Amino acid sequence: MDDLRKRAKELLESSTVKVVIGYEQGTANKTRALFVEKPEDAVKLIFDSYCVQNLAVYVTKREIRDKGKMAIAATLPVLRSIIQLASESQVNDNNLLVLGITPESKLVEFSNLAEVETFVHQYQIEIDAHNKEILDKLDKMTPAERWKFWIDELTPCFKCYACRAACPMCYCHRCTVDFNQPQWIPVPSHELGNLEWHIMRAVHLTGRCVDCDACYNACPLGIPLNLLTKKMVEEAKVHFGGYQPAIKGEHLMSTYKPDDKENFIQ
Amino acid sequence: MNIDKWLVRKDSLEKLFDILKQNSKTIYAPATKNGKVSFIETDSFSGITTDYIQTTQSSKEIVFPRTEKILDYTKNRDGMSVKGIDLKDIPEIILWGVRPCDAMGIDGLSAIFNWDYKDEIYNNRLSRVTVLGFSCSKSDEYCFCTSAGGGPGNNAGSDILFTQLGTDGDYLAEVLTEKGSAVVLLASGLFEKAGEIKKEQFLAEVPVRFNKEEIRKKLENSFESELWIEHSLRCLGCGACAYVCPTCACFDIQDEAHGKAGTRVRCWDSCGFSLFTLHTSGHNPRELQSQRWRQRIMHKFSYMPDRLSVYGCTGCGRCSRACPVDMNILEHLISIQEVIV
Repeated sequence: MDDLRKRAKELLESSTVKVVIGYEQGTANKTRALFVEKPEDAVKLIFDSYCVQNLAVYVTKREIRDKGKMAIAATLPVLRSIIQLASESQVNDNNLLVLGITPESKLVEFSNLAEVETFVHQYQIEIDAHNKEILDKLDKMTPAERWKFWIDELTPCFKCYACRAACPMCYCHRCTVDFNQPQWIPVPSHELGNLEWHIMRAVHLTGRCVDCDACYNACPLGIPLNLLTKKMVEEAKVHFGGYQPAIKGEHLMSTYKPDDKENFIQ
Repeated sequence: MNIDKWLVRKDSLEKLFDILKQNSKTIYAPATKNGKVSFIETDSFSGITTDYIQTTQSSKEIVFPRTEKILDYTKNRDGMSVKGIDLKDIPEIILWGVRPCDAMGIDGLSAIFNWDYKDEIYNNRLSRVTVLGFSCSKSDEYCFCTSAGGGPGNNAGSDILFTQLGTDGDYLAEVLTEKGSAVVLLASGLFEKAGEIKKEQFLAEVPVRFNKEEIRKKLENSFESELWIEHSLRCLGCGACAYVCPTCACFDIQDEAHGKAGTRVRCWDSCGFSLFTLHTSGHNPRELQSQRWRQRIMHKFSYMPDRLSVYGCTGCGRCSRACPVDMNILEHLISIQEVIV
């Protein structure tokens, strides 16, 4: 990715941006996030198929934002996250410059977020065949079997909240689950507490989740919690004609209308 | 007590497991779920995972559960009635397959839970756990027990330490405590007198990577170092590192209320969370992730040795393996040793 390094170096030299968010080689053959602030450090940037962390999680992180205008090396899931974050007023053209990495690994620099949106809209969010198969299997289960499946999977969760921390859409300073006076959902990581946390997470992310799998990749216990959000992506397709992040426009779930056709909400 | 050395034949290990089961012992042993190895209550020897470097979670949950009831309360006209848990209900547990770096962590936990207040629940749980340690014949790039004062055949914290004498070999059993002797007594036929056996040649090689005393010394002058900011930029502030750690002991008290009655539970907590030190006033003395990361390192390598005479890190490397963003504690400690003067 020589052109990424070259462009990052230029952007920092000309002070167009203060920090470039990308990937570097980590330890034990892992890749990890890198925050380049000096032009000479741009050579550390890498990009390959192992670079899967959703870097959009850092554009709302205070310590990174405080540095000044950011540039970000963004693959398709990251681009989608950025558009969703823009629609929620978390990023804009003044604080973020996007260096896109196409699915063909080509560098494409966007002059504004509207261009990012146009690019993103060429692609639909599709659940991959392997996970689709698991979702189908879950659909065919009886409610009792499905209940057992989820209790089995979610009981080991110890609520380290790596799933929340790794998700670009979980940027709230104080999450509902952190309230304890009164508690909104049970704080302890017992069966009920875990179940409520994961259901709440999935519902809160419906119509916002770009299916990047950051939550699943972050889970130290390997819990397939992304199946919940994947299911919601499928549900959005059935009930709302699918989800595509858009800078302006209505959100699927986090919307309130006084004249909603469902009368329970009025 | 003196170390009693015995030989346990490879085929006798299953018999030992069965004898412990027959004596109605609850056994927790490493088992695999979703590709991760954890300590799970196990009824059969065949369910035990043996081919692993380290379990994803430490065995601390057996003595310090992630969520633990400490009392029930009921509010009434005269005030409040409180009922603590019955310590007699705490079960006898055999912890099977504990790595030396995990067993060594018990020292740190016990120091914390007896620092000022003697924590009855913790102490009672620990008194009913027998730790059957297994030495390491393999290690990976995350392991650094030899830099943390331990080693792949270190017997601290184990009641019995088993060392397999070569692939497919028999086991050397070092019986280290009364609890260990009680196990030998239950299955005396399986323990044969061992001659002079040197276990070192069968242990994993874990190179020493840093000097912990030197790190402790350097930390004294590093509170305001820029290094913390640089090191923690990619940290996401989750609790994965603390929750898999064998010595992290922070907890939070929660009341689960149902009308006038409720249950008080203690739950694991982590210094990585932004709410960890948030005061009621709104002030947070550790409002930045760099300050929270610094706390993690300081607590383990400065505050604990200063106040409790024990380091809060055993070099198991779990936190580095569990971290979703490659915060590798070994890399950071080496950097502290190199950069801070």
